Amino acid sequence: MNTTILIPVLLVLAPLIPAVVSAFLSGHTGWRNGVNIGFAALKLALVAYALAGVAAGAEYEWRIAFVPGLDLVLRLDALALLFVTLSTVLWVATTLYAIAYLEGTPHQARFFAFFNLCVVAASGIAMSGSLITFFVFYEVLTLATWPLVVHTGSAKAMAAGRTYLAYTLAGSAALLAGIVWLESGSGPVEFADGADLSGFSTLSASVIFVLLIGGLGAKTALIPLHPWLPAAMAAPAPVSALLHAVAVVKAGAFGVVRVIYDVYGIETVAALGLGIPLAALASATIIYGSLQALRQSDIKKRLAYSTVSQVSYIVLGASLAGPFAVIGGLVHLVHQGLMKITLFFGAGVLAERAGITGIAQMDGIGRRMPITMAAFSVAALGMIGVPPVAGFVSKWYLALGGYQSGPSWVVGVLIASSLLNAAYFLPLLYRAWLKPSADTLPSRETLASTRTWLLILPGAFTAAAALGAGLFAGFELSPLGWATLIVERIYLP
Amino acid sequence: MNLLFALVALPLLFMLASLVAGRHGPRLIWLAAPLMTGLAVWLAMVVHTAPEGGALGGWPVPLGIMLEADGLAAALMMASAITAAITGLFALGSYGTTRAETTGSYTFWPLFYGLWAAVNAVLVSRDLFNLYVAIELLSICAVALAAFGSRKAAMDYLMIALAGSLAYLLGVVLIFAAVGTLDLSLIAERAPEARTSILIGAALISAGLIAKTALFPLHGWLPPAHGAAPPAVSALLSALVVKASFVILLRVWFEALPGLTEQAIITGFGMLGAAAILYGSALALRQEGLKALIAYSTVAQLGYLFLVFPLAGGGETITPWAAGAWGAMGFHASAHMLAKAGLFLAAGLMIHASGNGRMDGLTGLARAMPVTTLAFALCAVSLMGLPPSGGFMAKYLMLIASLASGQWPYALVILAGGLMAAAYLFRPLARMFAGNETPAITPLAHRWLPLAPLALAIAAMALGLLSAAPYELMASGLPEAGEAGLEEVEP
Repeated sequence: MNTTILIPVLLVLAPLIPAVVSAFLSGHTGWRNGVNIGFAALKLALVAYALAGVAAGAEYEWRIAFVPGLDLVLRLDALALLFVTLSTVLWVATTLYAIAYLEGTPHQARFFAFFNLCVVAASGIAMSGSLITFFVFYEVLTLATWPLVVHTGSAKAMAAGRTYLAYTLAGSAALLAGIVWLESGSGPVEFADGADLSGFSTLSASVIFVLLIGGLGAKTALIPLHPWLPAAMAAPAPVSALLHAVAVVKAGAFGVVRVIYDVYGIETVAALGLGIPLAALASATIIYGSLQALRQSDIKKRLAYSTVSQVSYIVLGASLAGPFAVIGGLVHLVHQGLMKITLFFGAGVLAERAGITGIAQMDGIGRRMPITMAAFSVAALGMIGVPPVAGFVSKWYLALGGYQSGPSWVVGVLIASSLLNAAYFLPLLYRAWLKPSADTLPSRETLASTRTWLLILPGAFTAAAALGAGLFAGFELSPLGWATLIVERIYLP
Repeated sequence: MNLLFALVALPLLFMLASLVAGRHGPRLIWLAAPLMTGLAVWLAMVVHTAPEGGALGGWPVPLGIMLEADGLAAALMMASAITAAITGLFALGSYGTTRAETTGSYTFWPLFYGLWAAVNAVLVSRDLFNLYVAIELLSICAVALAAFGSRKAAMDYLMIALAGSLAYLLGVVLIFAAVGTLDLSLIAERAPEARTSILIGAALISAGLIAKTALFPLHGWLPPAHGAAPPAVSALLSALVVKASFVILLRVWFEALPGLTEQAIITGFGMLGAAAILYGSALALRQEGLKALIAYSTVAQLGYLFLVFPLAGGGETITPWAAGAWGAMGFHASAHMLAKAGLFLAAGLMIHASGNGRMDGLTGLARAMPVTTLAFALCAVSLMGLPPSGGFMAKYLMLIASLASGQWPYALVILAGGLMAAAYLFRPLARMFAGNETPAITPLAHRWLPLAPLALAIAAMALGLLSAAPYELMASGLPEAGEAGLEEVEP
């Protein structure tokens, strides 16, 4: 037996084991942290092995039947590995950050159990080889995220949890309706083969597409399905990182890519005339999210609306369907993750150590917390699209793609959005670095006494990664190199 | 054959033994639970290859009594064995040997074993009279157990059950007068000769069974009876008892009378099922009592079972798996058994611990009772029909069958039912997570009690994850009408 087919299973098990173990180690913080970090390292090693294999052309697949003919398929192809790698790297960073962030707070065992379960779900979503497998893990993600959103148990958190469920479960129902409608006519759909749409009229095929994208759009936070994301700010900072960068919105965006490329196929989407409307919706989300971000005075809220806007770049790239646009969208899946997690790590540190939650309180904080704010600034500049940070690469390719294959307004949307990004991020940087320190800021001595490297370094690491992804974009194993590899395999089979 | 006989006779023996053993009676469950579960697993392995059956004492039909287990019977027997075994072990906490001999601990066990025997007898019987005897034994045990909670609710239940039995018996008499036999397969052979009187008989039988199954609009007795009973009893009533009368209904229409049905009858069952889903869920949303909520959820969940009438046969031409709706019904019945029993047991523990059966009594219990909360949550996931759970497989197959056969209104009802289930089950769950203080709770009788609902929850999850083997089991020996659809079979 070829043992490499077990790699997808091991990638799912690597976070599942600490999830279960964490649940039972409620009193043993040290042991629990050790197990979490150990398995995270193990998974990193597995990912590295798989990267080498897939780059060389290998694909790993493992399947088991649900009912005869309907299989749970885990398949590790290049696209799957992009998401797996992202979620694994960010999982490691977030685990370290969360250990420090939650130190001394109650119910950490529960937190880490569900947190790891979310990573299980994200890995499963990434490696799903069939629609049913995708749906199973997608729902596990919905359910495992809820206890994290309501973690603090405050009235605000409970309300956020309710909003989250209302949108995501309604989305799931639409997604399930689409999947079942599709499979009742074409049989079980596997991503490797795509769906057989010959039995459907143009109208049915379009309606199913709308159901699928609408269902996925709830997690992707496409307008008008986005309100849960800003509401979920009530959750602790590591959870925000998870929602915005590691798993949840990414799962939705990743699903959109799968539906367009591996279920319908680019030609079918184009023939049905569905790509441009989706691109228009994504563009509207990009502009709307940015405008809303401008109006927020709370740091985390502004970041949340920024996510609404930025995640739609991925959808925009996928729906434009030219090679450059797709590269831009896929690479943004990674770049946005690196940059946004840095921003949330930073916002969490500001709130925890300096009690800063509002933008107006940020005056002069840069000199008091230089490492955190430097990382924050790199990520913010990246979001705007300043070279050489990673965000520039995404936008460059998206713009090329829009110029090459899309309607001309796409380039306009990108320019407008970059200006808006600058408008809502630059004031933060200006206040942090250039304004004199406010009296309300805690003194250097107080800050020094609460300094925890485990809170600071994950953000510094992800910022460095975002910078590196931009600087070394030309390398084969950079996010851009990998996205190019995926697109070559799509267009040149 | 001997295996089937043992599965029916052994619980009866345990019933007698628990009467005789007096104070030590409760301990018998330590023997009965593994023994019965083992036998049920054995039966499932036998039936997996071919249906198991034969005539009792070697006397052929119509003189002798026929016992037969097809895939559905074997699957449900296994699910009910797991449910009953775990619930029985759980009941040791309330009716165990640790206390002085009480009326409760003395009367619970004979009724418990009687109920178990009756369920197994229903599953393997193949003639209308045997089924009658079995369902009567079941009703009597169930009513007596329900009286542990509320006498008034039990009296209402008794009245409905008796009225149902009368209707059933009248129908049996009509059919016997028309075709001169009570054996299901012989009725199927002779039915076309006396179509009208058989249909009238079948209608009476169905009315009686619908009342016992608590299908909308004859569900009124169920929520008070199930909601007021002690947790172990609620679990048995909701999980096992109402399924048994439904199985008889299936036997009558799919095995004795396939091809006799008219579209109107099939649609009628489907409409009642759909109405039950929507109405039961809507009422569950409005409940403030935790057990009342779970009881109304049972009303809703039973509705899904009846969708097998219109959906059977849907989609077998397009999808690679035959009999999707039949399998879906089997999955739904099994998953609901496990999950609903688990939910009632978990709710019982929470109500005991907080001393408050209303929604606000649950505040913060996730911190005080994490294992119980986890069990509650996992059972809830299965009832919502979300993956990975047996409830999801059931819903997926049902949806495929309804869309592939062009009956999309049922698909909408199923999806709406799932969303409503999520809405009413997340209400108590949100309560459990709310706040940041750990409430003080009354200690449980035993520390391991929460493991019982957790085991049931894990079984419901496993049914969805390892669904290939149970699916093949349920498809083994399925009636022709279950595969092709009721209206497709020639009489």
